[in-house]
Amino acid sequence: MNIPDDLPELDGIDQALIRATQTGLPISSTPYSDIGLGLGLSPDVVEQRIQRMLDVGIIRRIGIIPNHYKLGYQANGMSVWDIEDQLVDQVGEQIGALDFVSHCYRRPRHLPEWPFNLFAMVHGTSRDVVEAHVAEIRDLLGDAARDHRILYSRRILKKTGLRWHKGGERKCCD
Amino acid sequence: MNQLERDLLNNLQGGFPICPHPFRLLAERLGYSEETVIKGVKNLISDGYVSRFGPLFNTEKLGGAVTLAAMSVPPERFDAVAEQVNSFEEVAHNYEREDHLNMWFVVLACDENMLENVLHQIEEKTGLNVLNFPKEKEYFLELKLEVPQ
Repeated sequence: MNIPDDLPELDGIDQALIRATQTGLPISSTPYSDIGLGLGLSPDVVEQRIQRMLDVGIIRRIGIIPNHYKLGYQANGMSVWDIEDQLVDQVGEQIGALDFVSHCYRRPRHLPEWPFNLFAMVHGTSRDVVEAHVAEIRDLLGDAARDHRILYSRRILKKTGLRWHKGGERKCCD
Repeated sequence: MNQLERDLLNNLQGGFPICPHPFRLLAERLGYSEETVIKGVKNLISDGYVSRFGPLFNTEKLGGAVTLAAMSVPPERFDAVAEQVNSFEEVAHNYEREDHLNMWFVVLACDENMLENVLHQIEEKTGLNVLNFPKEKEYFLELKLEVPQ
């Protein structure tokens, strides 16, 4: 996977803002102004920078990040599909648009042991629900799906969302 | 969970305003007071229904490289291997899954070379084969989780 040529440039101010907000925004009446205070930036600059990062897709969205498990969506099944190469993009768009699928990606096969080239994360309140959703996908795809499997998560072994560490001595990202 | 918390969960998974008083604007849209909404978001976090409030970054656009990798780990070595894999700071997430490929982890590195290097080091350290599943295409990514009334 290559870094795209049109990668939007991030300067020191953007990087400082990313570091200051990657664990969250202050939950106060004036969150952007509060972030600026800590960094010596005016509220206007903070808002403009964040708006730009949102516009170019560096920020996907701003809001609450729900905890699926706590909300009752305990069954998280990674469904994987073997789809003919010529059809995979069309099928991917279809599956990605389903409201019980949170992520949908095309990834390489590792033949012979791994024939699956489409990954779709399916969320449900129980395994039965996840299986019903997967059956729905299978019906939708018909012959386009040669094979599929559901990989349930048993345990989270590690989970950190951090990209750049506080202090910023993260070897080469700065 | 009360009605306010449900409203926040269903309406605030994106689109938080960028302006001097964003909670005030949001509160007007939802028909609550600013103070109520701020308190509601704090409660969602302290009750664990929300893991974080703020921007969700697109990791790849921050520069650097990311991939999903998987290994088939013998059950008797599973915990020891998990510890070895997790010891790499580049390993961001790691899940045990029910499959012969039973360990799935996300690796973040500064560039493609570093990424390759980390996967190679994991193979050396564990003596196990690592399968690399870099994302070739993303079809959609939107959190559409609904909290029923």
